[in-house]
Amino acid sequence: MSVIFDPARWRPAAFLPERDTRDSALVFVVAVLCFMACLTALGVIAADRAARGWSDQLSGEMTVIVRPKANETPDSAAGRAAETLAGVPGVAEARALEREKAEALIAPWLGDVADLADLPVPRLVAVTLSRETPATAEALERALRTRGLDAVVDDHTTWLADIQRGAAIARWLGIGVFLLISAAAAAVVAFATRAGLAARREVVELLHLTGAEDAFIARLFQARFARMAAGAGLVGAAAAAALGAGLRLAGGGQGLTPVLPVAWSDLLAVLPCPLAAALVAAVAARLTAANLIRELA
Amino acid sequence: MSRNPYAADATDADDAVVRFDDVSMRYGRAPETLRDLTFSLPQGSFHFVTGPSGAGKTSLLKLIYLAAQPSKGLLHLFGQNVAQAPLDVRPFLRRRIGVVFQEFRLLDHMSAFDNAAVPLRIAGAKPDSYRQDVAELLTWVGLKDRMHALPPTLAGGEKQRLAIARAVVGRPDILLADEPTGNVDHEMGLRILRLFLELNRLGTTVLIATHDQDLVARSGKPILHLEDGRLVHMGPVPQGFGG
Ligand SMILES: Nc1ncnc2c1ncn2[C@@H]1O[C@H](COP(=O)(O)OP(=O)(O)OP(=O)(O)O)[C@@H](O)[C@H]1O
Ligand SMILES: [Mg+2]
Repeated sequence: MSVIFDPARWRPAAFLPERDTRDSALVFVVAVLCFMACLTALGVIAADRAARGWSDQLSGEMTVIVRPKANETPDSAAGRAAETLAGVPGVAEARALEREKAEALIAPWLGDVADLADLPVPRLVAVTLSRETPATAEALERALRTRGLDAVVDDHTTWLADIQRGAAIARWLGIGVFLLISAAAAAVVAFATRAGLAARREVVELLHLTGAEDAFIARLFQARFARMAAGAGLVGAAAAAALGAGLRLAGGGQGLTPVLPVAWSDLLAVLPCPLAAALVAAVAARLTAANLIRELA
Repeated sequence: MSRNPYAADATDADDAVVRFDDVSMRYGRAPETLRDLTFSLPQGSFHFVTGPSGAGKTSLLKLIYLAAQPSKGLLHLFGQNVAQAPLDVRPFLRRRIGVVFQEFRLLDHMSAFDNAAVPLRIAGAKPDSYRQDVAELLTWVGLKDRMHALPPTLAGGEKQRLAIARAVVGRPDILLADEPTGNVDHEMGLRILRLFLELNRLGTTVLIATHDQDLVARSGKPILHLEDGRLVHMGPVPQGFGG
């Protein structure tokens, strides 16, 4: 029954037992927290991209409503306006919308009117601004006035502020949730450290009495919980990335997730998760252990 | 009342590694467990602490290995007032003291070899510098074939010998042992005594709490006799003592 023990091959064992029964539940909780943190991060990134997409679209175009004067047909007024606007610096393209399109746009508001042709329906000119130096609404208005056109420039930038405010709120909400989850993870680890110290009291006491410094003992718990959290973080991050990839495959820019477009590169955002989890756990375990050891001494 | 040659006084030499000046000690709000102890242990001395169960032997050792604090009086270790020693110095004082605990305090998840090596690892030694020493020491205390064993699988006497090996492995300046022969047969008891005497010969100050009158008699070493928390005798074993 005697096993040959070779001191030359001996490697020091860990001061804390490798496996404590508590661990699987703790790993699960931390992994779930990491999963939620990663989902929050992905959500914030996607919301940000959506907001940027919308605002790009909005700031890139304007609509001009042209009201024909008595001496002019709507078509020629719209044509003249488009021609004028195309000449304004900072305008990439100006296109008068056909009569049918204009009517289709206002039809829902008018209901079943017998003959729209009898109504002086205003014409629309869609203006696409150049990307680098977009023209301002005032510039467009000034140009139209000098040509004697009665027109209103519908500046989309009023919507822009709303979208950007919405995006900012989403971002701050995301950051808040993220911090909350981190704090919860830290609390869970602090709790687990306390339980671990209590369960390993005899180890802590022996090391203490043998002359181990408090920081040395605290570091044991710090290392242990950091390693646990890194593993749990990896699992949580992988699960979140898998879910993100699923959304991307299922819908991409359109389809299932038109409001929250997920890009493949977004999935990289989960990479720091294991490290961040390890860091939070290390700090929580270190502080908790140091406090408890000081009480014990 | 004859003058106690071991009593600490103003002219006491600096070579006292342990010195109690009118030290009392109590657990929480309980009455004093140790009362007005005054004595000193010169460098390289060898004493037993004797006395009935509950007299305070373990408590006295606890004061020295810094697991308890005096409620009154002054305790000096290595010439240093312990009460004034900064918190970050205490670990280094403890490293100079090897302790065989009455209840062993072995780490159950580690092999006997790992347990014996704990003090060296804490002191920051590298495995290669001590693995051979640890193996030899364990062989010497008769645990050659049990080095890989976990403490729960060791017999009482084997645990005791392992606890002793761990206490002496770091060549401490002071060796404290609490009933070190309580679980071993006569033969092993003598072996352990010889180990302590050998360490003492090399300069370690030894203090052993024991009920084992035979061990005390065979060693020919002086005793500190406690009764009800008081030091009632210090010096050579009196004629007809403990009979
Ligand atoms: N942790 C403790 N808390 C409170 N009282 C204690 C504690 N440890 C010991 N005592 C009390 O202090 C007294 C002295 O105990 P101590 O363990 O020092 O005696 P001892 O001489 O070592 O006895 P034994 O020979 O049985 O080991 C006893 O009355 C004991 O009940
Ligand atoms: Mg005792």
